[in-house]
Amino acid sequence: MSYQFNWSVLWSGQSGQWLLSGLLLTLELSAAAWLLAVTLGIAAGALRTMPWKPLRALATFYVEFFRNVPLLVWMFFWYFGVPPLLPRGAQDWVFAHGLELWAAVCALGVYSGARFSEVLRSGIQSIPRTLLEASVASGLTVTQAYRYVLLPIALRIIIPPATSESLNLLKNSSVALTISVAELTFQTRQIETYTAKAIEALTAGTLIYLVLCVTVASLMGWVERRTAIPGLITGGRGKRG
Amino acid sequence: MDLGVIWRNLPFLLVQGFLGFGTFVGGTLRLAIPAIVLGFLLGIFIGLGRLAPQAWIRLPATLYVEFFRGVPLVMVIFWMWFIMPMVLQTAIPEFGVALVAFVVFEAAYLGEIVRAGIQSVPRGQVEAATAVGLTGPQTMRHVVLPQALKNMIPSLVTQFIVLFKDTSLASIIGFMDLTKAAQVVNNREIRPFELYLFIAVVYWICTYSMSRYARSLEHRLGPA
Repeated sequence: MSYQFNWSVLWSGQSGQWLLSGLLLTLELSAAAWLLAVTLGIAAGALRTMPWKPLRALATFYVEFFRNVPLLVWMFFWYFGVPPLLPRGAQDWVFAHGLELWAAVCALGVYSGARFSEVLRSGIQSIPRTLLEASVASGLTVTQAYRYVLLPIALRIIIPPATSESLNLLKNSSVALTISVAELTFQTRQIETYTAKAIEALTAGTLIYLVLCVTVASLMGWVERRTAIPGLITGGRGKRG
Repeated sequence: MDLGVIWRNLPFLLVQGFLGFGTFVGGTLRLAIPAIVLGFLLGIFIGLGRLAPQAWIRLPATLYVEFFRGVPLVMVIFWMWFIMPMVLQTAIPEFGVALVAFVVFEAAYLGEIVRAGIQSVPRGQVEAATAVGLTGPQTMRHVVLPQALKNMIPSLVTQFIVLFKDTSLASIIGFMDLTKAAQVVNNREIRPFELYLFIAVVYWICTYSMSRYARSLEHRLGPA
């Protein structure tokens, strides 16, 4: 292997600027998709507790269908498949206002929302029923029991899996490069194309992702320890996917 | 809606794209199955390495896991795409690049599952095995691993589903899998909605039946 390393390509020319704008777009895309995902996750979770069966079936369909299909397929679906179905005015608007970014937010948000819904559901289900009964027996109303006992516990239990799900979302935002969203991986490829320095460009992109993920993970690890419930075994990052 | 587009291109999408029998080297299953088998084998080594008492084995294994869990799969695929021909000094087919990328990447996640599975075996089992005179490797092989494997099966199947879905990303380096086949057909027919919805359903049928199987296994094996 005879490769001439030239690390200066990363700070000469436009590379630095590209990396920075890619990083910012990755964060923007992830933040927007995260908000959409959490909203959909909570909505789907709530629908699944409804007494009316069609609503439950709708939520189950959403969760099972969207999380079991590759994200890449959803990217193409939202980018190529959905716009032609929109009414003319809406079509013109998205084509003029960064269609690829909107498609990426929808794909990533709707896909991750289905996964968030499962995180929330398993968090709430892991609370023993007796806790609700004990709260009610000690004189709280059901609403108070949820507000002061069950919800605080559920939120604490959810921290580790929700963190790993959020990190997945951040890493999965790299799939948006396939529909030419100029996020971090896209910019890394662009540096490679213009400078022909593959290893340098990939190292820069990889390190930025690593730093982002390690920072978020250790930050949330700190929050987790701060809010740990005494007597419960917590810790450990959940599965990815 | 024009479902005729699916019907006209069904052999190309399923036989070529999904199974991988045709003019192009490709196929979602042709990539997913070896990736799952090899990824699991490497994962066993990584998982055991994470539990090794010797620091010089444990630390590299830990670093390996932490590195690959902090990096997007797309990045790993691009790394392999550039690095492999450079190191091996020869052209590498997309299949080889994708297979290596998936094995290396998923082994980090599968390794964690193996580790958790081994750690779920009660300590008393190891002590009892030692007390009846088994050596360390014998204890691992005859007592710990069989129990650990049973505990691992549900999360293993879940991770296999993830790997199966991830193989769609091999299309970004041109590997002719189901996703790429849909892209090729779409370039000719321009029916994106029908085509992508159709392959979504094909992926869903595979992953959903796998996850149903995982759930039934979970019920049958019960908590250990």
